[in-house]
Amino acid sequence: MELDILTVKSIIILLVFGISLGIATYSTWAERRLAAYLQDRQGPNRAGPLGLLQPIADAVKLFTKEEFIPASANKWLFIFGPSLAMLTALMSSAVIPFGSTLEIGDKFIPVQGIEVNIGVLYSFGIVSLGVYGIMIGGWASNNKFSLLGAVRAASQNISYELAMGLAIVAVLMMSGSLDLRKIVEDQHGGNWNVFYQPLGFIIFLTCAFAECNRTPFDLPESENELVGGYHTEYSSMKLGLFLFSEYVNMFVASAIVSVLYFGGYNYPGMDLVADHVPHNLATAIGIAVMFAKTFFFIFFFMWIRWTIPRFRYDQLMSLGWKSLIPLAIANIIVTGCVILLFN
Amino acid sequence: MAEKLFYFLTFLALASGLMVVVSRNPVHSVLYLILTFFSLSGHYILLNAQFLAAVNIIVYAGAIMVLFLFVIMFLNMRTHNEPMAPIWAQLAAVVSAGLVLMVLVAATKASSPALEAVADTDSFDSQIGLVQTLGQTLFSQYLIPFELTSILFLVAIVGAVYLGRREPGERNSF
Repeated sequence: MELDILTVKSIIILLVFGISLGIATYSTWAERRLAAYLQDRQGPNRAGPLGLLQPIADAVKLFTKEEFIPASANKWLFIFGPSLAMLTALMSSAVIPFGSTLEIGDKFIPVQGIEVNIGVLYSFGIVSLGVYGIMIGGWASNNKFSLLGAVRAASQNISYELAMGLAIVAVLMMSGSLDLRKIVEDQHGGNWNVFYQPLGFIIFLTCAFAECNRTPFDLPESENELVGGYHTEYSSMKLGLFLFSEYVNMFVASAIVSVLYFGGYNYPGMDLVADHVPHNLATAIGIAVMFAKTFFFIFFFMWIRWTIPRFRYDQLMSLGWKSLIPLAIANIIVTGCVILLFN
Repeated sequence: MAEKLFYFLTFLALASGLMVVVSRNPVHSVLYLILTFFSLSGHYILLNAQFLAAVNIIVYAGAIMVLFLFVIMFLNMRTHNEPMAPIWAQLAAVVSAGLVLMVLVAATKASSPALEAVADTDSFDSQIGLVQTLGQTLFSQYLIPFELTSILFLVAIVGAVYLGRREPGERNSF
């Protein structure tokens, strides 16, 4: 029986892994179609129906292009950088609870890669490691533009991590647990954290944009100042890994936003559904709801990218340090006072 | 299984710690130091102290080492322009490192009865490293040291801001 749980867990982990990659792949397609729609053009529509085979064509192109390593680059770190970026991007989805429990035999198995009671800290830790791939890649290229991109990525990441952590603290104060599953279950019955923590949600979302290096905070690769930023010297699939890891990060960030603020797999009327359909079907509906919320936030990331122009670097820093961090601290104090007064 | 993991992690920690000192390239040193922190976090997980493991990664590997790397990249130190330390400085470093080792060994030996009590598998509380236990201990038994530490951090932050602030009329040197 012990082995059975292990097998189911391995299947869940493999599924999460495959789904992260699959969603990231089709995010590239969705991003280009959406950009085209917002700019009143067609977008990729030649490869397959609606251009659905475009990501595969892109992958084939990237794999078959020339692998180029600059002569003065630090060869091993040059290869290590994009690998690390992809590795950290894929690791963080392990603790996300995608659904309630599955009933297999007489056991209830949670739809989650690993259940740890420090889930929030785990994903936060992995996110904070994400910048190493960019830093190492940018430094190892031995190019001034790459180095500037890497240095920008490092300072941006550290600055916004603080505000992000402080925004999460307010959520943790409400749930009293670091376990992502418990945070989701606390939001059962429409008690979504976003209603109690609107400011915290906005701060968290802003920081998530900065941590994923998405526009308006994509300064590490801003092409009108730094050629290509940290990936100037990269070609072929190594460049592909850098770009692709951004989409995986975007998926993970969207999933974490849904879990922390939008009730994860909770949806209105779920108790009614749970009474009338088999347990596994109810769980499946919950998983679908969770993915719908995640897709909405992925769409939101893209929507912002094609709407708001890039910040200037000093604006980015003063927004992080002078607005978001004080606001997040004020949010913690207000949350603490409310909890003290009303509980 | 746990024992094998312990030996693997210990080997990794010692080997990467050694490479921090031996590497000629400062960026490599920092990367090896990060690997050392990871193997230490592995040890914390073996001790069932998940919170400490996660915080070790977030604070040291995720923030402090990023700043280290940031500074080293900005200074752009290379192997060829790194001056060799004079022989007396090397000797002094070896002697002081040896003294630190002696103090550590002596401290471990002196506290061995207490360590044995902790290592006793029957009375060992496996929940001791979890967040709840740690939080309750910090905010009841060790409340004053904890608050004093936070004041220390506040002083350090104010000091850093004071040192880093731009004098009136001074231009940004970047």
